[in-house]
Amino acid sequence: MLTLECPYCGVKAEETELQAGGEAHLKRYGPGSTDEEFDSYMFSRKNPKGVHFERWRHAYGCGKWFLAARCTATLEVFGTYSAQTKEPPADMQAKIKAKRPNWEGYK
Amino acid sequence: MSKAVSALGGVSHKGFVEVSEAGLQGMITVRGDLASAKMKKAVKAATGTAVPEARRIVIAGDKAAAWMSPDELLIMVPYTEALATVAALEEALAGEHHIVADVSDARAMFRIKGAKASQALLKLCPVDFETLAEGEIRRTRAAQVAAALWKSAEDEFSLVSFRSAAGYVFGALEVSARTGSEPFPA
Amino acid sequence: MSTRLQKGGRLIDRSKALSFTFNGKPMKGFAGDTLASAMLGADQMMVGRSFKYHRPRGVVASGAEEPNALVGLGEGGRFEPNQRTTTTELFEGAVTASQNHWPSLEFDVGALNDKFYRFLPAGFYYKTFMFPRFAWKHVFEPIIRQSAGLGKVPQSRDEDRYEYAYAFADLVIVGGGIAGLAAALAAGKQGKRVWLVEQTANWGGRAVVDGVQIEGADADSWVKETVQALEKMENVTLRTRTMASGLYDHGYLLAYERIADHTPGDGRPRHRLWRMRAGHVVTATGAIERPLSFAGNDIPGVMLASAVRDYVVNWAVSPGDRTVIVTNNDDAYRTALALLDAGLVVPAVIDARPEAKGELPQAVRARGVRVLEGHGIAKVKGGKRVTGVATCIQAGEGAELEQIACDAVAMSGGWSPVVHLWSHCGGKLNWDDNLAMFRPDPKRPATGEDGAAMVTAVGSANGILSAQDVLADAHQAVGGKGTAPGAVSEAEEPLMPVWIMPQGAGPALRFKMWLDPQNDVKVSDVQLAAREGYESVEHTKRYTTLGMATDQGKISNINGLAILSDSLNRAIPETGTTTFRPPYTPISMGAIAGEARGEIFQPLRKTPMHEWHETHGAHWEPVGLWRRPYCFLRSGEGVHDAVNREIRQVRNSVGLLDASTLGKILVKGPEAGKFLDMLYTNMMSTLPVGKCRYGLMCNENGFLSDDGVVVRLTEDTWLCHTTTGGADRIHGWMEDWLQCEWWDWKVYTANVTEQYAQVAIAGPNARKLLDKLGGMDLSKEALPFMEWREGTLGGFRARVHRISFSGELSFEVAVPASEGRAFWDALIAAGEEFGVMPYGTEAMHIMRAEKGFIMIGDETDGTVIPQDLNLQWAISKKKEDYLGKRAQERSFMASPDRWKLVGLETLDGAVIPDGAYAVAEGYNANGQRNMQGRVTSTYHSPTLNKGIAMGLVKHGPDRMGEVIDFPVDNGKVVKARIVDPVFYDKDGEKQNV
Repeated sequence: MLTLECPYCGVKAEETELQAGGEAHLKRYGPGSTDEEFDSYMFSRKNPKGVHFERWRHAYGCGKWFLAARCTATLEVFGTYSAQTKEPPADMQAKIKAKRPNWEGYK
Repeated sequence: MSKAVSALGGVSHKGFVEVSEAGLQGMITVRGDLASAKMKKAVKAATGTAVPEARRIVIAGDKAAAWMSPDELLIMVPYTEALATVAALEEALAGEHHIVADVSDARAMFRIKGAKASQALLKLCPVDFETLAEGEIRRTRAAQVAAALWKSAEDEFSLVSFRSAAGYVFGALEVSARTGSEPFPA
Repeated sequence: MSTRLQKGGRLIDRSKALSFTFNGKPMKGFAGDTLASAMLGADQMMVGRSFKYHRPRGVVASGAEEPNALVGLGEGGRFEPNQRTTTTELFEGAVTASQNHWPSLEFDVGALNDKFYRFLPAGFYYKTFMFPRFAWKHVFEPIIRQSAGLGKVPQSRDEDRYEYAYAFADLVIVGGGIAGLAAALAAGKQGKRVWLVEQTANWGGRAVVDGVQIEGADADSWVKETVQALEKMENVTLRTRTMASGLYDHGYLLAYERIADHTPGDGRPRHRLWRMRAGHVVTATGAIERPLSFAGNDIPGVMLASAVRDYVVNWAVSPGDRTVIVTNNDDAYRTALALLDAGLVVPAVIDARPEAKGELPQAVRARGVRVLEGHGIAKVKGGKRVTGVATCIQAGEGAELEQIACDAVAMSGGWSPVVHLWSHCGGKLNWDDNLAMFRPDPKRPATGEDGAAMVTAVGSANGILSAQDVLADAHQAVGGKGTAPGAVSEAEEPLMPVWIMPQGAGPALRFKMWLDPQNDVKVSDVQLAAREGYESVEHTKRYTTLGMATDQGKISNINGLAILSDSLNRAIPETGTTTFRPPYTPISMGAIAGEARGEIFQPLRKTPMHEWHETHGAHWEPVGLWRRPYCFLRSGEGVHDAVNREIRQVRNSVGLLDASTLGKILVKGPEAGKFLDMLYTNMMSTLPVGKCRYGLMCNENGFLSDDGVVVRLTEDTWLCHTTTGGADRIHGWMEDWLQCEWWDWKVYTANVTEQYAQVAIAGPNARKLLDKLGGMDLSKEALPFMEWREGTLGGFRARVHRISFSGELSFEVAVPASEGRAFWDALIAAGEEFGVMPYGTEAMHIMRAEKGFIMIGDETDGTVIPQDLNLQWAISKKKEDYLGKRAQERSFMASPDRWKLVGLETLDGAVIPDGAYAVAEGYNANGQRNMQGRVTSTYHSPTLNKGIAMGLVKHGPDRMGEVIDFPVDNGKVVKARIVDPVFYDKDGEKQNV
């Protein structure tokens, strides 16, 4: 049962206080998008063994959604960050790259 | 106001600590820009306190302001003053993007009294009470429901839950506080 | 015979005698005894029978690894089967009973299985009960069920209570032997927040029994002093009777504290499950001695050498006057010395090694004991207890050389570190050829959230066996300052791995060599599995049931996999171990449930009027965590009659519905209208202040997710009503979009569901009733349909909505929840002249179905789009976007072949069974009838006095008047006509008055 630090309130919450929200940094495609674009938004999900970016909500806490970077194989947490961003912060990406030289990037 | 009753009518139980429902408590949710001058003024007027820092609760007599999230406060005043405080907050925040909602009737408030108060709570809440700072409000869960708690006096914790779950929360507190079941008896 | 010695026993208090019974027979023990030591002290060598062959079983071990000595303990609400006597502390009045036998322990019919053991090998059931097929269900399974299962299931409700507790520490040290104590002392001095947990009631572990000297004194004194020193440290928490059961992600450790097992009924919780979060975990869990595989090694009286030593030293119990020791290592000689010191006889030490010249063997020889080097046991003599052993040459095939009379055998096949916690979360092991053991590989530990090692194994758990090295390892592992405590113990020569005794044993002997004595798995079974192609240790485990008993193979797994490796001609590390899974030893179901039982099994949400309902005949229906009245039963009334009465009352006069559970979410801000236009399929930004609008919400897949009435409170504030089950979900949904997608939109939400008690007052007399309360003008002109007003109603602060889910003149009134009960009472009093009565959810459902209103969860199931329900009128054509719009543009969503909502009326007025499907012509590829529709809601309408239903039917709206078939049970077919789903008051005249 993992623990994540909420970047909004600083509480290091355990999993029972959190709600998982699946893959982070999805791009929403609405009316006018192609079937392929909509499919990528609605159905296509990454399932990496290794570095992954996820959405979590501090549900039994400040109620804020935040994003977390962690390794799905070892559960190492690289960090948590604001949900109001389109991609992982540069320093987070650099930190992960340093720890996982073979990581191919978040896209 | 005599028509108004709290969820459990002030029930209490004495075990190795005393747990009780604290009765009606005025509570107001305020969301907005916590750093704004208007907000500071509004909170000061409502409670006599400053806008609390992250995860802090500032208490002034029978009033308090608690930080709930980066854009949300919980203002506590006596139940009978809640309506007037809502109106005052609305007026003070007019012109600025905000929400003020009276939630006095949506909540139940409990007190856990005794030197070992935290020992009853640590059976229900995944919280490190040894490192819980003075003046810190912790939003968490109590067994299976959402709760917020803080040290409200020497040897006393206060805990807020949703009104509908009051019976459940009191039941869980009562069981946790039963005589002889303190995890650290010595 | 086993007996209590006159002197000694470091754990027992001879001044406190305790009485207990075993199978009804009164016995005596002392405070400090375990059930096992007390039974052995009372000469009760045989304590049960094995699972498969019902062979006699006695105590083998002295701790958690015990496979055999399980009993049913307690009576009534405190009865629990499968209690390990070796880890159960004796208490006054304990009632114990043996298991797995019929009719008695001494004479057992099932033991006949034992006579046919040749015919009951591994996989016997799989192979035998294949054919004929029907026989499995009707013959074999009932017979096997009769004899299956270990112990009896408790029949009464558990009288005890249980709880969780959360704890946080920098360092949790597991195991209170000298390694754990030394680690705690070193870490405690550094000021770390330390927990030290020990599964037994006593500190010190093995060293105190083995005669180790620490810091110039005997280990006992050092342990006492160290515990005292630790107790004085405020940053150190000590717990005995606390077993670390499992280690999980990010240092999450479950520890099982047995608070009141030894003081049953004293009012304290029986068990406490500590849910700990450890910065780091040190496993000082020691090692477990392995048995040796020789013929008859399962006969009561054959015990682990360390256990024999424990019983003599700790509890002054002798397992027999004459104990033969059989070993492949030096450590077992300590048992000989302990027995000799207690004045008992050791006829011989049988050592499989060609030579035994170490310090310990020499000391034993010096006491006049015969040491047979290069020897083994060919066979143990005896049935229900040991009477002697026959010796042989270890290198040979088992030809008997000599018979030695004895009443106990102490065996030692070496030691296996307890690596369970190390392994639970991914720590890896190495095979150590010299010590013949799997040891933690410090280079491949379980890692934590920071990617660094989360666990360190120390002492014997790390494969270190000598006391001085154990202390140094533990001290150093926690970064201890200065030097570790020094210890002195006898030097030991290397062991010799022995997996079969004698090594050339033929089939007749291998059939009698037990690996897992509880599940009756023998050397021959594992060899058979290997011959039949089971190469994976995991598969072999499941095929033979090796290590699947309640002890999870603590003493049998390593021997078993060594046999498997040997049979497959490969090295032991190639075979590897089975997976170590929590819990380390079984924990009670009560501890897992914690406080969640009875009234607080789960949260039960109550509205402010809950108590009134409770005292007025509420027949409850669970709706999420709420309980809502399904109907209100009057004395002598059935549910169906009550529902019909409530409906007639609403249709003819006036009824009250507690609608407090409906979700209520405030949405406010300059961009709130724009936000709601995205959330709802229809336009909410254009709703005028003072009005209400019914709205639909879809998920991004286009499917209908929730519905409710939206109220425009002010220019920038809306109040969104959701379904009862949808309140938290929809609030979370709104916050998700506002926080993660449209974070620059100026919108705030607040979930005020519980702030208000809400009551629907419905029926032709609804207005008259509210007018009696007075204070607000609720006339048709002042408050038209689908509008709302705020005011004071009968002295209550009220928001009155003119909305209707029943089709009648109806008002929904929200008042502060704290005043909800008083408001309800006022309505009941004021409504007396109209015969007012509450109605429940079933009456509500039927009335909405009579009006053709859809219900989320009935007409929707997560695959239904609003268009399927003919709700196009609630989907804005003007909006470029709303959640779900893109999905609804997919070709199959726009297909004319989708099943659509219609009304269904049976030809004979009967009610179509819920969930019935309508069949079409022809068959599909699987030979099933083709389908053309299904029922979504179906009721008897008391208003229309006939069955009515709603359903989704292919091309339904184009087929009005057509009759379709619904096959139901017993080959019957219900015929129903497709009709308009609005059955009652099609023009809405009743609600518009």
